[in-house]
Amino acid sequence: MAALLAGRRAKGGDVAVDILIAEDEPSILESLDFILRRAGWSIASVTDGDAVLSTLRRAPPRLVVLDVMLPKRSGFDVLKQIRADDVLRELPVLILTAKGQAKDRRTAEELGADGFVTKPYANAEVIDEVRRLIGAVHTA
Amino acid sequence: MLSSELVIAIAIAYVGLLFLIAYVSDRRARRGKAGFLNSPFVYTLAISVYCTSWTFYGAVGSAARSGLEYLAIYLGPTIVFIGWWFILRRLVRISHNQRITSIADLLSARFGKSSRLAVLITIIAVIGIAPYIALQLKAVTSSIQAIAGVGEFPGRTLRGIDEVGLALAVAAGMALFTILFGTRNVDAKEQHLGVVAAIAFEAIVKLAALVATGIFVVYVGGGLQAIFSRAEAAGLDIYSIGTFDDRWIAMNVLSAAAILCLPRQFQITIVENSDENHLRTASWAFPGYLLLMSLFTLPIALFGLTSMPAGANPDMFVLTVPLASGQEGLALFSFIGGFSSATSMIIVESIALSIMVSNHIVMPLMLRFTQGRGIGRGQGVSSLLLNSRRFSIALILGLGFLYFYFTRNSNALAPIGLISFCGVAQFLPSIIAALFWREATLKAATAAVAVGFVVWAWSSFMPSFAGSSVVVADIMAHGPWGLTWLRPEALFGLAGIDPLVNVVFWSLFLNTATLVVVSLLTSPSALERVQAALFIDLFRPSTAGSPSVIRGSATARDLRFVAERVFGPARAYALFAGVPAVPPPQFIDRLERELAGSIGAASAHVMLSKVVSGDAISIEEVFEMAGETRQAIEYSQELERTSEELRSTAAQLESANLKLRELDGQKDEFLSQVSHEVRTPMASIRSFSEILLDDDLSDAQRRRFVSTIHQESLRLTKLLDEILDLSALERGERPWDNVRIDAEAALDRAIEVCAPLAQRRHMHIVVGPRAGSAIVEGDTDRLCQVLINLIVNAIKYNDADTPVVEVRSEVIDGSFVVEISDNGPGIPANEAQAIFDMFTRGEHGRSDATPGAGLGLAISRKIITRMSGALELVPRDTRGARFRVTLPAC
Repeated sequence: MAALLAGRRAKGGDVAVDILIAEDEPSILESLDFILRRAGWSIASVTDGDAVLSTLRRAPPRLVVLDVMLPKRSGFDVLKQIRADDVLRELPVLILTAKGQAKDRRTAEELGADGFVTKPYANAEVIDEVRRLIGAVHTA
Repeated sequence: MLSSELVIAIAIAYVGLLFLIAYVSDRRARRGKAGFLNSPFVYTLAISVYCTSWTFYGAVGSAARSGLEYLAIYLGPTIVFIGWWFILRRLVRISHNQRITSIADLLSARFGKSSRLAVLITIIAVIGIAPYIALQLKAVTSSIQAIAGVGEFPGRTLRGIDEVGLALAVAAGMALFTILFGTRNVDAKEQHLGVVAAIAFEAIVKLAALVATGIFVVYVGGGLQAIFSRAEAAGLDIYSIGTFDDRWIAMNVLSAAAILCLPRQFQITIVENSDENHLRTASWAFPGYLLLMSLFTLPIALFGLTSMPAGANPDMFVLTVPLASGQEGLALFSFIGGFSSATSMIIVESIALSIMVSNHIVMPLMLRFTQGRGIGRGQGVSSLLLNSRRFSIALILGLGFLYFYFTRNSNALAPIGLISFCGVAQFLPSIIAALFWREATLKAATAAVAVGFVVWAWSSFMPSFAGSSVVVADIMAHGPWGLTWLRPEALFGLAGIDPLVNVVFWSLFLNTATLVVVSLLTSPSALERVQAALFIDLFRPSTAGSPSVIRGSATARDLRFVAERVFGPARAYALFAGVPAVPPPQFIDRLERELAGSIGAASAHVMLSKVVSGDAISIEEVFEMAGETRQAIEYSQELERTSEELRSTAAQLESANLKLRELDGQKDEFLSQVSHEVRTPMASIRSFSEILLDDDLSDAQRRRFVSTIHQESLRLTKLLDEILDLSALERGERPWDNVRIDAEAALDRAIEVCAPLAQRRHMHIVVGPRAGSAIVEGDTDRLCQVLINLIVNAIKYNDADTPVVEVRSEVIDGSFVVEISDNGPGIPANEAQAIFDMFTRGEHGRSDATPGAGLGLAISRKIITRMSGALELVPRDTRGARFRVTLPAC
């Protein structure tokens, strides 16, 4: 299973990946993993809020795709921690939410999110946002 | 000679046929096979309910007495249908939009939904129509007597029954018939397809009968030429120029007014209209029908005058001329035609009036007496309605009979009809004002109708009793208390003119004058203004962006007040985010468009232009108006669903609304949760669908993604089911009766249902000590649902290496207790309460568990609570969760 494989890889080594996905819904995680990987980025994933921070500190990716409704620690809380962290401060964060409310978008902006995507999303929309934030895939 | 038994038997058989037609048509319509019943021609034929026995018999009589005067009765409606169809179209459109059920409803709706005005209109209509009903009774009675050969010889009776007895029998029969016909069920839209079909059939019968008699007369008389020259030779004044005088004009005015104002015409033309385009056909077909009806009137009259013995009643020529020639079959056909004219009028008129009486008088009274208690349930209301309609029909026919009884000495049919025409014509000024004059007010309309009614009652209604009352005869001759200027037929000293012209002139003049003067002196209430806008700006295109930019300034605060009353605070907040204190014109435009979406363009415009341009009207009043508009909208939306029942429960609705508003906050949170829960599976479905649209996938991938989509769709369905179930439980729908059930049996069933799932997970349901037998009060299926939910949760979220689910039950201290325990991850103490809230679920245990919607426990707790029991999470020291269901044992 792609999601589990990705997760194992992130936990296993300190290989820095392009994108860390923090999402607790297995099938959404799988779809994100599939489309972003197909677009050429390398992917790691976690499924709760605490794991996001520990993984980031160990091997910071180029971008985090962060779901708001995460177990243990909410996406907004994680975002706050990232922006308060000296090392991670500049890390691009793409917020993903299923609430789809103007309020959530405002909160995300206030907390310093770089992008905002509402579920259900168009695959192209996610890829465009990622591309906008970290540029095209390095083919090196 | 036809025997009276035969005639009456044929009449009754004919009524039976009508009933059959109505019944079959209703059934067809209900099965969606209305077909030709929805045709514009059936509609047009039904409109010809205008042609009553007055026109069937009376037109010939009138022609025999006054030459071409009778034409006015046809000309007025023709002018309305051909020249004033735009008024009809407006009435139809408004009545459809506003769910208008009668003419009283129409005026009351326009003038601020005033119930007093509705009562006044209803009373006037009932009194005003009584002479007309009497006319039909008289016509049917006379025609039975004429065809059975007794009418021409005063003093003789029909098998011992005199005229009054016969009329009473006819009235009673008609009442019974109409009750059977028109009050079988209550339709929210007040449309009666079956009745319309029967009326259309009767229209064909009466036309065919009159045309057949006409052709016969022309044939027997040796052609039109011969009939006319014989009449001239007999010294009959056929082409009297004097016919077209002021009286003739007055009759035209009356008949034009009647086609709009008669309750039965309003019922058929406006309320029963199912398609606005039918008016197009009716605008030429109905005048065509009238033309055919009037074609042979003059020849029959002239032939009758020259061939019948002197003193024969010209009102009965249609019957007596064929009889005199020995054509009994034709005479019988004519009789059925006249009978059709009378029955169709009585049926539709009394249905229309009964709707008015029951909706505007009986129901409000019942509501007041019961204060809304006990009639909240649909069944009660509809049977109450039906009974009040039946009572009204009996009342209306009873009044008609009384009028007949007191005026039975008057001979001609036509003048009686004109009394009714003049009575209902009093509605005309207010109707016209309702449609076209924004400034017309409730007070003005009420006063105008009342003034017109009083003048009519004095100068037209009362004089008809002159033959039976000495007092009335004295007033007629000398005026009340000797005041000659108050003589009914020469009001205010206007002597020397025709009594009809006198009453038409004074009643309509004073009526209109009152309407105009009072409207100018009073100002409409806010609701009247809103309703006026709905009526008058009917055809104003609702798409905004028209160059109607409201110029002027208003503060954002004022505008926001208005918006809040219409949209509620949340949406108003969003709309006004970032708007400067003095908003730019573009914003006001946008606000108007937004308002138009909710309350209609017309009222949005009215509302905003009042705030912005700072009209003379106070800003407080506009706020008031905004509030009332919103209430009006809520009210009318509800009305659309269950028109009748809701009217009666409006009061209850109001209190419910209040509660709803309190719940609004909670509802927002709930909706946001629902949105989240729906969006999550939708996200997977959408994303994987897009992936599948690409071609470069392996078969295995394809299969896997499709199966994910399938899984997520199931999850979505389950979620929606649960939401519906929960909201039904919350609203107290899908109720069940708590009865004595075997709780142990329910538990057995639940375990049985869950066993296969446990097996698939390679786990075992351990059934611990059991109560053995326990009777509780509840519902077996619902209890099962709860137990299954608990056991499935225990299985699904159990991630232990050797997962175990244990079920035990006992009866302790008069309570039946079931405990379901597992050795899964358990529930942290801080979440112990939250899990019973909506959309909360535990950590996903095993990754292959289909996530629930997080509603199961909320639903379960609601169910158990309704069985007077408790569902709780029991704290425990060991790993895993334990749920306990406690129900009082019997």
